[in-house]
Amino acid sequence: MSVTHDARIQVRSPASSAQRRVARGWPDLNNPAAWIVAVILLIMPLIANGFFLIEIFATTLMLGTIALSLMFLAGYGGMVSLMQLTIAGFCAYMVAVFGVSGNANISLGWPWWLAVPMALTLATIFGTLGGALAVRTEGIYTIMITLAIGAAFYYFTNQNWAIFNGHTGINNVATPHFWGVDWRSDIPFYYVVLAVAALCYFAVDYISCAPFGLALQGVRDNPRRMAALGFNVNAHRVAAYAVASFIAGLAGVLQVWNYRQISPGSVSVGACIDILIIAIVGGITRPIGPYIGALVFVLLRTFALDFLVKIGLDGNRFRLLIGLGFLAIVFWSSDGVIGLWQRWRQSHRPQSDRPGGGRGHG
Amino acid sequence: MDSVAQRLSAVGAGAALELRGVTRLFGALAALTDVTITVRPGERRAVLGSNGAGKTTLFNCITGDFPPTSGTIRFFGEDVTHFPPYERIRRGLRRTYQISALFPGLTVQDNVYLACRGVSRGRFSFLRPTQNDALMHAADGLVQAVHLTAVKDQRVAELAHGQQRQLEIALALAGAPRFVLFDEPAAGLSPTERAELVEILTSLPAHIGYIIIEHDMDVALRVVESVTMMHNGRIFKEGLPEEIQSDPEVQELYLGGGHE
Repeated sequence: MSVTHDARIQVRSPASSAQRRVARGWPDLNNPAAWIVAVILLIMPLIANGFFLIEIFATTLMLGTIALSLMFLAGYGGMVSLMQLTIAGFCAYMVAVFGVSGNANISLGWPWWLAVPMALTLATIFGTLGGALAVRTEGIYTIMITLAIGAAFYYFTNQNWAIFNGHTGINNVATPHFWGVDWRSDIPFYYVVLAVAALCYFAVDYISCAPFGLALQGVRDNPRRMAALGFNVNAHRVAAYAVASFIAGLAGVLQVWNYRQISPGSVSVGACIDILIIAIVGGITRPIGPYIGALVFVLLRTFALDFLVKIGLDGNRFRLLIGLGFLAIVFWSSDGVIGLWQRWRQSHRPQSDRPGGGRGHG
Repeated sequence: MDSVAQRLSAVGAGAALELRGVTRLFGALAALTDVTITVRPGERRAVLGSNGAGKTTLFNCITGDFPPTSGTIRFFGEDVTHFPPYERIRRGLRRTYQISALFPGLTVQDNVYLACRGVSRGRFSFLRPTQNDALMHAADGLVQAVHLTAVKDQRVAELAHGQQRQLEIALALAGAPRFVLFDEPAAGLSPTERAELVEILTSLPAHIGYIIIEHDMDVALRVVESVTMMHNGRIFKEGLPEEIQSDPEVQELYLGGGHE
């Protein structure tokens, strides 16, 4: 029996395994819960008022998309980057600088369809350069370098008046109007955000089973072996930062359109860490995790204040609730909310029906 | 344009692997001292020696996991001394690890698929493999060759030790290997599994040479045609398996040395 000879001849049923692989990437097609969620998201404008539509659901989708870029790096690549919000913020600033805003002395006044591609390109370059620095290190040093980039950008925007307009930031950023639609009015904007979030979610899910995504998971599990299989490990890591930066940049464009302004407060170190909390609370083993985490975060941030006041506590302590929730989830499930949910499902399932193991790592 | 140096280098092109004066220091410790080895294409050789003799360091220098402190390494005539590991692998060098170095979060199939992808184009492809992907078929064949078809959709973390050792070998045979370094492939295997290992090694196509580090003489001497003995980071003796086995100095040092 020749090993390398066998490798080139037909074996039993190669097509079935390839079919399984193609099908495996789209498990949600057979999952009624996923269809229900999709339908609810699509008809949301019929059931939710403007406040819920934008302040809760659109915000969840935008924060979730930034956290998705972190999930892509951390869950598949094993690289915890704290600069994902900074990249989104950088992209938001670039939209404001190249596009139209109330600060005519700074903004160049390009139409949005030129300003947005420019901003996305620059944000991707920015994130890739940061990644190229970060991949020279591992573990906690990656966290430190990306946190340093985030902190440096925050202080830079505070102090630079020529481009970033210092601590006041850039206000009255113009939003797209075309085909007779104001795309920043609540319902159209909700659908724009939903489309971008869905695109990013499915792209990440798809890439995870493509050679690039598989190799990234290989780099996470064993970089030295990946080099011994012919992969340039650092090039793969930098490419992952480029993909993640583009995703974060897309969310940044949506954010600046949502608030119509961008200022250093939006790119503070605290906000960078919020993204990490969102990703961890939701779970970083699957692309759906960051969106679940973002929903939990946004609901807590929005309603914890009222809740605390109602039970007679100081409403400003809402961060305490977020912190306690974070502690509880990390304590009981290293895999976030999706980990809890998976375990609950497995314990309510007949023994024979249990899978050998899902996607993602343990 | 051919330079003189390139023409001169072609003189040594007859050897699959040629190490000249390779030394590797870890601080003040010399793990390898002035090692010179020439291996023909298709040659199968065992490297023997007690723990700390420098066998695995030798492999790490050849693959580039740790570059040598001094000396040169040629692979099929090409000076690869300063190449990163992945460049050497893409030229047909392969290795296995003494302690299985696999991807526990991925399935058996995906592990082998990655190995096939690593030595071909499209490593950065964003497109999922189609039903007729040649590398998927190649991966299926390798999985079958190391008797892992039954578990190919399981995550590697769930495999038994012996199965992980077999997968380790499959990863090293992906693509078109020209020379393989096996680092104690029989470690921890049952007698049955050892027999399977010997069968896999002896049935490799004749043009694929290898060096095997193996403490089990029954395995090592059945699958090689030449033996290199190492001691304290130096080449101690080279010869045919019978010569090495009957050499009194070798017996003193290695075969009997374990009972001191």
